[in-house]
Amino acid sequence: MRHLLSAADLSREEAITILDTAATMAATQSRAIKKLPALRGLTVVNLFFEDSTRTRISFEAAAKRLSADVINFAAKGSSVSKGESLKDTAQTLQAMGADAVVIRHSASGAPHRLATSGWIDAPVVNAGDGMHQHPTQALLDAFTMRRHLMPEAGTGAGLDGKRVVIVGDVLHSRVARSNVDLLHTLGAEVTLVAPPTLLPIGASTWPCRISYDLDTTIAEQAPDAIMMLRVQRERMSSAGGGFFPSAAEYSRRYGLDAARFEALPGHALIMHPGPMNRGLEISARAADSDRSTIVEQVGNGVAVRMAVLYLVLAGNEGTPS
Amino acid sequence: MTDYLITGAQLPEGSITDLLLADGRIAATGADAADMAGARAGAQVHRIDAHGLVALPGLVDLHTHLREPGREDAETVASGTRAAAVGGYTCVHAMANTTPVADTAGVVEQVWRLGEDAGWAQVRPVGAVTVGLAGEQLAELGAMASSAARVRVFSDDGLCVHDPVLMRRALEYVKAFDGVVAQHAQEPRLTAGALMHEGIVSAELGLTGWPAVAEEAIIARDVLLAEHVGSRVHICHLSTAGSVDIVRWAKARGIQVTAEVTPHHLMLTDEAIRGYDPQFKVNPPLRTAEDVQAVRDGLEDGTIDIVATDHAPHPSEDKDCEFAAAAMGMTGLETALSVVTEAMVADDSRDFGWQDLARTMSATPARIGRVTGQGRPLAAGEPAHLTLVDPSARWTVDPAGLRTASENTPFAARELPARVMATFYRGVATVLDGQPQDGSTR
Ligand SMILES: [Zn+2]
Repeated sequence: MRHLLSAADLSREEAITILDTAATMAATQSRAIKKLPALRGLTVVNLFFEDSTRTRISFEAAAKRLSADVINFAAKGSSVSKGESLKDTAQTLQAMGADAVVIRHSASGAPHRLATSGWIDAPVVNAGDGMHQHPTQALLDAFTMRRHLMPEAGTGAGLDGKRVVIVGDVLHSRVARSNVDLLHTLGAEVTLVAPPTLLPIGASTWPCRISYDLDTTIAEQAPDAIMMLRVQRERMSSAGGGFFPSAAEYSRRYGLDAARFEALPGHALIMHPGPMNRGLEISARAADSDRSTIVEQVGNGVAVRMAVLYLVLAGNEGTPS
Repeated sequence: MTDYLITGAQLPEGSITDLLLADGRIAATGADAADMAGARAGAQVHRIDAHGLVALPGLVDLHTHLREPGREDAETVASGTRAAAVGGYTCVHAMANTTPVADTAGVVEQVWRLGEDAGWAQVRPVGAVTVGLAGEQLAELGAMASSAARVRVFSDDGLCVHDPVLMRRALEYVKAFDGVVAQHAQEPRLTAGALMHEGIVSAELGLTGWPAVAEEAIIARDVLLAEHVGSRVHICHLSTAGSVDIVRWAKARGIQVTAEVTPHHLMLTDEAIRGYDPQFKVNPPLRTAEDVQAVRDGLEDGTIDIVATDHAPHPSEDKDCEFAAAAMGMTGLETALSVVTEAMVADDSRDFGWQDLARTMSATPARIGRVTGQGRPLAAGEPAHLTLVDPSARWTVDPAGLRTASENTPFAARELPARVMATFYRGVATVLDGQPQDGSTR
């Protein structure tokens, strides 16, 4: 794997290799000494054009536990409209000897440009670009699902036949796009649920079902996992796009409230990429239940990112012991 | 001044003839040409063997961005018209979105004068419809019309004249001097933040979409306004199947509407953006394969009147960046004839020949722009604006080899048919053997 730009680029075999490698990494994290020597002497740059402390810390922890040096490069306050030059920044990093670049950018396709424009030689890992992709988030979600829903299957397993429902602002969500691609590749059946205003034109061609009705979907699908996406209140107003009439109406129609929580199968996982709006898209009862994997997802994120960094930087030499 | 005796050229309708260019005119055709060339005492005759070449009236572009004044790093009137000559053009309409905006008699006269001084092609400035392209107040349309630049085409191109009342007033006002409003049809609220065509590909790439309906809704409104006030309206760079349908309906109803399509909308689709390459970022955006078929059909059946380049040069730093940050636009003057040949003439299933190309790329754009002396048939007594094309040539587009000051072409490394071998403007060879004739040789 040269770069990780999109979950859509991953074959089933590659995706499972990452999940299996992440499982190995996770096992090492229960040891007293968590640090592995695998990437000693290599430098990973976290290039963040958009604030995301959670994702940056996760990548930083992953790199450090593999003994890599980490440089955090926050192009804070920059915006594409101000002409902050991605090219110039990339060439600076190249000159500084970056061995891998983890990039977060508000512009869809920025990681793709970084990887393919000849500005830089290092492998590029997409840590979220605009409304496009967030592949490591999808991988950590799949990792979490596999661990809970297929505990016996062990390495080599996909998510065949598992039913996953993703609810909310699909239109603006790189997490939803990445999950549809990856979960489909792994054999799961995905249903997106959202008001029509929050589904992109063209989503009908994606490898998933689409529904506007959450209650019917829960009843018909009996999902193994339900993932609630963050909904931004400012999208209600005309200036924000007028995507839905009010927080109350959204919550009534698409929130995971107590009644819907009860209607889910007993084993169904409650997932959320965070940060949550409790009381809007998810009730405290659901978020804090013992079926919620929301906190665990964060921990699994480190293992998955260790696997990705390992595979793009040292992956040709087999899995670490 | 040199005379040119062009022998064995094929005219657009198919006949073979000789042409004598003298004193800025086509002095004679057919058997008379050689006779008269011999009889002109003292004249130096440059003979051009044009067997196998097609002679077209000099091409006329109704939609060119020359960037001067203000962005001379991207293009100047001189560099842009030189590129135009290489592309076979003898007249270009310079869009008004310069810095300062061409919204006064002073600026349009400046642009016109720069074109006259450069001498590569006639420059017809387009006047802004509203002051500063701000869409709030009509610019002094009459002053521009009666200036030395004799402006007849008015456009806020780059931006849509969105206010329906202001659009109505503009359409009414320009009737006083036989002007036309050329509308960049883009509903601004439906396209806020848009980066590419809204559809399957935009959904996958996570790029904000520019829906077809944002173009179609404005065109529908404007043809109805033109009907109501009895004025003529021109639709810039029409790009969707629905737009073709609306213009077809309006023409059937007798509304005075004309429309243009760009070469790139005849050839490329939104699939090209999958690699996030900003060279394919343009406004209106590249549409779907169905839209491309519809605009080709519309050009063939006359619903779309003309091909216009929307030549939009940008310096490399405005394109060598992430897609969202990149400028919109592509150069087009030097590739237009080849792209139209590929999309329309070379397609044997279509009824579109050199005559149609001459009509859509020369005669009709000149008529819409009310340009006298351009787009005329190649006949004795007409002004000597013409282009010799080798229809059998094939060439590979090398951005560095183009004459425009910028390199943003979507056709880089693509092989295209047909090559402009010579261009004559006012009887002077601006291009010979495919090379621009700089300085004293002209
Ligand atoms: Zn335009």
